[in-house]
Amino acid sequence: MIKIALPKGRLLAETAALLQKAVWGLSGYQEKARLYRLKSTRFPNLLAKVFHEKDIPIQVAIGNYDLGICGLDWIEELLIKYPSSALVKVKNLGYAEGALYMVASRSEGMSTVEEVRAKEGVVRIASEYPNLAESFALNLRLRRFSIFPLWGGAEVYPPENAEVALIPGRTGEKSFDYDLVPITKVLSFGAFLIANKNSWETKEMSEVLASIEDELTVSKGQPSLAEVTKASQIVGRHFSTQAAEDVVRLALPDGHQQLPTLRLLNRAGIQISDYPSPKGNRRPTSNLDGVLIKVIRPQDMPLQVANGNFDLAITGKDWLLDHLYRFPPSPIVELLDLKFGKVKIVAVLSKDLSVSDIPSLRRLSAERHQPLRVASEYVNIADKYARDNHLGMYRVVPTWGASEAFLPEDADLLIENTQTGRTLTRHNLKIIDTLFESTACLIGNANSVSSSSQSERIKSITETLRMAAEDV
Amino acid sequence: MFIVLLQIESNLGIRLINTLILIVEQLGKLVYNLQTITKGMAMRVNRCKGTRDLSPEEMARFRFIEEAFRDCCLKWGYEEVKTPTLEYLHLFTSTGTLTPGMLGKVYSFLDWDGWSGERVVLRPDGTIPVARLYIDSMTDKGLAKLFYITNIFRFEETGKETRERWQGGAELIGASSPLADIELVILALEVLKKVGLEGIELKLSHVGLIRGLLLELGLSPEEQAKIFAQILDGNVEVLARIKPGKPELDEALSLLLDLKGKSAGFLRNFKVLFAQNLPELEPSVDNFIAIVDLLEALGYDYQIDLTSGRGFEYYTGLTFQFFIGEEKIGSGGRYDALIPLMGGRNVPASGFALYFDPLMNLIKPVALTEPLAQRVLIKAEPEAIEQGFNIASCLHEAGYVAEFKLEGQEPANLRWILDVRSEAPLFVLTDQVSQKRFEVQATSEVLRLLGEEDGDKDSLA
Repeated sequence: MIKIALPKGRLLAETAALLQKAVWGLSGYQEKARLYRLKSTRFPNLLAKVFHEKDIPIQVAIGNYDLGICGLDWIEELLIKYPSSALVKVKNLGYAEGALYMVASRSEGMSTVEEVRAKEGVVRIASEYPNLAESFALNLRLRRFSIFPLWGGAEVYPPENAEVALIPGRTGEKSFDYDLVPITKVLSFGAFLIANKNSWETKEMSEVLASIEDELTVSKGQPSLAEVTKASQIVGRHFSTQAAEDVVRLALPDGHQQLPTLRLLNRAGIQISDYPSPKGNRRPTSNLDGVLIKVIRPQDMPLQVANGNFDLAITGKDWLLDHLYRFPPSPIVELLDLKFGKVKIVAVLSKDLSVSDIPSLRRLSAERHQPLRVASEYVNIADKYARDNHLGMYRVVPTWGASEAFLPEDADLLIENTQTGRTLTRHNLKIIDTLFESTACLIGNANSVSSSSQSERIKSITETLRMAAEDV
Repeated sequence: MFIVLLQIESNLGIRLINTLILIVEQLGKLVYNLQTITKGMAMRVNRCKGTRDLSPEEMARFRFIEEAFRDCCLKWGYEEVKTPTLEYLHLFTSTGTLTPGMLGKVYSFLDWDGWSGERVVLRPDGTIPVARLYIDSMTDKGLAKLFYITNIFRFEETGKETRERWQGGAELIGASSPLADIELVILALEVLKKVGLEGIELKLSHVGLIRGLLLELGLSPEEQAKIFAQILDGNVEVLARIKPGKPELDEALSLLLDLKGKSAGFLRNFKVLFAQNLPELEPSVDNFIAIVDLLEALGYDYQIDLTSGRGFEYYTGLTFQFFIGEEKIGSGGRYDALIPLMGGRNVPASGFALYFDPLMNLIKPVALTEPLAQRVLIKAEPEAIEQGFNIASCLHEAGYVAEFKLEGQEPANLRWILDVRSEAPLFVLTDQVSQKRFEVQATSEVLRLLGEEDGDKDSLA
């Protein structure tokens, strides 16, 4: 059996096209198919599983999969920190090319590496690639720096919330959304075929590899995405970093919480333009005076409120708790329960497993003499749950969404959110425990809430939202 | 095993912040969980990869070296300090402290209140924290002679070498003369002699000289920094591969790098021929000659080997290393720029560290054989437990090792057995060597008898 991990998201279309030309006969490898396990009609001994791209280098390195296709950026993000990972970079597949750039805001006048190095105080670096960002900072010999590891939206952080951001762009890109300019290119990347080192050394996979290789030779010379020019750029309104002290910085969620958030704001009489934004603008404007609004990932909000980057944010209780379990004395206050976006956080097992409660899972795990693998997007909630339930020698396997696909082969226990439980049932999973219920909430930085310059405005926003939330 | 966990978590943005803490916690939890949950299960608990235990026998070696180190330092007027295991990462990141290669091996993580992104590290080096301590609270003192015995943490990939290493270090802050460098070299040699080691090789290099060479080679500042970092990380071949811009440098380079000097003459010869063409080198050559002259006058053997420059980026002048055969057992050097770089005043300094891990393997058991304290095994009748404890503390005060017989176990290697009884005779003392038996009534009698027989403590050793 040969196991391959295939990407969702940005690489899916081109990867699917390549594998179709290679006549793998994978049915269901397409956008929105919501199928995770695929069989090949051409190679009966091939099993493909679809992952979030970031998960693929790790899944291959730990030996869960023999082969994988993902961007070189995510491979290097793993290897820069863990150079001895059991990963072989097999082949550049020649599509989805781009580059990672360290960017800064044009308005700050930082356009060279030397200027970043010469900056007084802490250099804040926002990125979805924290390992590459840290390596960059160390090699640049930055004296003091903070890395903000993000789930997304790094491009909206400079200049107010970070001096620089490490973000992907097209090869040779000169300017980015929000008036960002590249300081330096950190890495060029493209889609890559990777293999687990042990599989590569011991397993016969030549037929499968040849089928891809043949198609690569044929398709050379086609224009790559890199040369496609980009349409218009998002500019968005800037606040000067020396903004008045009484400005309140508010973070609104991207993703599926946008519509209920918009409804709440409208009920509160807050008019907001370009949110949700069809072209992905993360800097909407509103009729609130002295309020800077940015749209970021709800997962990133608690940390960004705690470190003082934002004063207020609308996120979920689940992400707030995940943060508080990691940083118990964090200066965050929950100001309001906004009551929408209700989900349950549950512990989930495969239906194929004979056990259906935690004590028997504990026994099963002990009998297997193998560590229990606990998969979750909520690493700190999952860790605390495993700890409190004495799950013995467990390991937390962090995931980037679509976690339900990890059971049963790539994890034993899943900590996941669910609204109705239907998705879980469809994936042959059962809920064995409910940890807590989560709804959207308004959180604030404790220092901002009590600061003389901002407290008035924060109180007024909170009160307006409180009335709107109760008005459901 | 835990490497796998590191890999799992590695790629994962915000999750990275947990990695180390999770691992450390889980090790702790593992022990607890195995006790409470999987009672009777045959799961093996392993030591963390890359760590070592110190057994009683190894601890005896450790303490022996530690005592010798403390004793020598105290006698040279050094004062002992301890710095915390945790320090901020930024203490080690700026130019001139640790190379990026070394920084890639530090254990860094976010503390429980690390939401600002400020990382902390497990101390990766002994000198920088002491320099921090000096700037923090001793800067008024001017001259400070400090020593420490500490563990340092650096990742080592194979896990075959230990990632937690012990060292004893001495720092002489506030003195810049060759005499100060020599004092440190001699102090280190004194410790090594005191623990009974012979055949120590002393290798000298001079970072000022290397830096001057790189400057004369006409390399860009970036290239200089890169090559220098490689030399510090132990990759000395880079020096030999450099093609100098000036042809006359060719000979200077090979004369300096390929040959090993055994006397100050080596440096003087070099100076006469080249120093006038290489003005950048002259101050360093002069400083080096002054140090070597002193060493020679004092009758110490040494080898000048510029390629032995492996070490820390903070070194600025003389560096020295101690070897026994192939094994490096210590090193040190001058670091005049470190304290100003860290925000302190312009204070010169130099120091060294001796590596306890290789030393523990090198010292000979004979060095460890101190006279054994007299050992007494107390066998107390159930009714006489109180008297047993009373006489035990009297014996301890008098300098004896006195212990109870427990669970039928009889420790080997002891000379005296003392029966403690509830009725007369209250004490029966048996000498296992001479097979003599004494019946006595008072604690003072026991002590007197032990003292009288205390002629040949080593007889059982």
